[in-house]
Amino acid sequence: MSILVNAGTKVLVQGLGRTGRFHTDMAIAYGTQMVAAVHPSKAGTVEHFAGETDHSGVPGRGDTYELDLPIFRSVTEAKDATGADASVVYVPPPFAADAIMEAAEAGMELVICITEGIPVADMVKAKRYLDDRGTRLVGPNCPGVITPEECKIGIMPGYIHTAGRVGVVSRSGTLTYEAVYQLTTIGLGQTTAVGIGGDPVNGTNFVDVLKLFNDDPVTEGVIMIGEIGGTAEEEAAAWIAENMTKPVAGFIAGTTAPPGKRMGHAGAIISGGMGTADAKIDALREADVTIAPTPSDLGAAMVEAMG
Amino acid sequence: MKIHEYQAKQLMAERGIPVPRGVVATTVDQAVAAVRPLIEETGNKVVVVKSQIHAGGRGKGRFKEHPDLGGVNVVTDGIDGGIAAAEDKVRELATKMLGSTLVTIQTGEAGKTVNTLYIEQGIDIADELYLSVLLDRATSRNIVMSSSEGGTEIEEVAANTPEKILKEEIDPAHGLLGFQASRMAHGLGLEGDAHRNGVKFIQTLARVAVELDTDLVEINPLVVTTDGKVMALDGKMSFEANALYRHSDVAGMRDVSEEDPAEATANEHGLSFIKLDGTIGCMVNGAGLAMATMDIIKHVGGEPANFLDVGGGATAEKITEAFKIITADPNVKGIFVNIFGGIMKCDTIAEGVVEAVNEVGLEVPLVVRLEGTNVELGKQIIDESGLNVVSAQDMKDGAQKIVGLAS
Repeated sequence: MSILVNAGTKVLVQGLGRTGRFHTDMAIAYGTQMVAAVHPSKAGTVEHFAGETDHSGVPGRGDTYELDLPIFRSVTEAKDATGADASVVYVPPPFAADAIMEAAEAGMELVICITEGIPVADMVKAKRYLDDRGTRLVGPNCPGVITPEECKIGIMPGYIHTAGRVGVVSRSGTLTYEAVYQLTTIGLGQTTAVGIGGDPVNGTNFVDVLKLFNDDPVTEGVIMIGEIGGTAEEEAAAWIAENMTKPVAGFIAGTTAPPGKRMGHAGAIISGGMGTADAKIDALREADVTIAPTPSDLGAAMVEAMG
Repeated sequence: MKIHEYQAKQLMAERGIPVPRGVVATTVDQAVAAVRPLIEETGNKVVVVKSQIHAGGRGKGRFKEHPDLGGVNVVTDGIDGGIAAAEDKVRELATKMLGSTLVTIQTGEAGKTVNTLYIEQGIDIADELYLSVLLDRATSRNIVMSSSEGGTEIEEVAANTPEKILKEEIDPAHGLLGFQASRMAHGLGLEGDAHRNGVKFIQTLARVAVELDTDLVEINPLVVTTDGKVMALDGKMSFEANALYRHSDVAGMRDVSEEDPAEATANEHGLSFIKLDGTIGCMVNGAGLAMATMDIIKHVGGEPANFLDVGGGATAEKITEAFKIITADPNVKGIFVNIFGGIMKCDTIAEGVVEAVNEVGLEVPLVVRLEGTNVELGKQIIDESGLNVVSAQDMKDGAQKIVGLAS
């Protein structure tokens, strides 16, 4: 078991530019079931993928792969033709929110948006649009979602992951890799790793993912990685204190970040004294989350929390 | 991106939001020349001389060169002495203010040079209020926020008298509705003409803020005049960088002289850089890891000199630029390169580092931590380069090593 994606997940890709094409290729090499692409002007053709299999991914495959990915005019057409149930968005920032809304209108259950730099106003509108529909959005500005050895959607390096017992949820890409790599090294592995993204307006928050991990029978513990800005970590702490039945280890980045400065991520900013790392760490400690003093201690903190 | 008060007022005026009449001046003569038309056309004998810098607290701020002089000065000489007296006073003020360094609570000790003044008409004020439009991250909606406590920092009002803060949500599909603006205007104590003008002001500002993709619009104070007009006496606007591509008029208002030169250079090269006061320069991939790298340096007893995210697609050229920016800071006593190569391969990073050091030179210790794709190849490139580089096992090891070497 796992959350959000598994070996049965059929994925379509929106945005087949250089980045989208590269990561689609990586996903196929990993063994993800890529079934369709959407591109308004290339519709009716196929995109050819071939290469060496990434054996850290889905087991039992040959050493090479070859795939002609069919391209459709719209998400609705692609979904109808292929039965895709998840979409990954690599569309450039000015058009990405539109792509998310198109996927929602087509009835996709899950949309994972990798694109960084979408205007906030566009995301405010997209979230309002999603409110009335049953689509779950992960991201934007995130590495994606991976259930190791089953399905990889996004830009994370597949080989650092191993199927295992711990769920990971994070606002930061590279810090997710740190946590995942340590879990792999110490032999705990991951059930699913979810990047919720570094933007101030995102689709899925910590609480949403914690709920899923709490209900997943295979997940034994969760690592959550937050950062300065907003109050998502405080809300997660409140939810954990009330509902979480599994051990949680955490890290919050930005203890040394100066107020009023945007630290790389659009959402990583302390404004009006709100959103400090210390406030988040205090709230999580109150909820019995084991806080790792540095990212190098995340694996050890998880082991400690799991007893 | 921040803009000056006079630019924010220009954007507001163009969109039908009432602001006082004013004139921009970059020379003493321009400042003096602004006085007569302002007094003659408005009938108000008071003018205000306001320093234009990208920092708040100008009124209470003081000039380094003229410790008795504030950043905003009300000139009342015209009331008794006529226009000539007002002109004389403005000449005296502008001479002192232009080119001098204003220090406010937001500028830091270094202060900021005043290159531009805004000469504005005086206003007969009946009441001072606060109004802003910003994103509420918890609900993913923009909100209008206001308070009857004009002239006071909103953080202070929130801490002391939170019941005085009024909020209305802007529905992305419908905008701020009339009854919401009316409810807020009533809550602010506006009646009659002032209420009608207030509703229009609030609704227009909400629409303009969304249309222009602002990060924050803050009117403090928003004033009610003795004849019931509602006007932006001050105006602060900042814009979301990701949306500037669709607002070329706003993008053109950027004032590079207000930005940290190193941060501006970094931005040109697609690097995310923020200067700090410590001694350990950091070069990292990923914003979260870059923040955590600063934190871990502090954790092991050092002080970070900067935040620097080279991003996911760093090239050798980008890394060289990053090195130049870090080594240009005289405070830097050591450099820590911390890379978790996912999509970005460690050998690419290693080649970039070697190239950068060969080009820029290296006079301080350098610790490199590489992990991820092609890590062995990356380490080999560093080892065989003959450069004086210390390798680290993990990020904590690297932080300890660089702090030890730099002290």
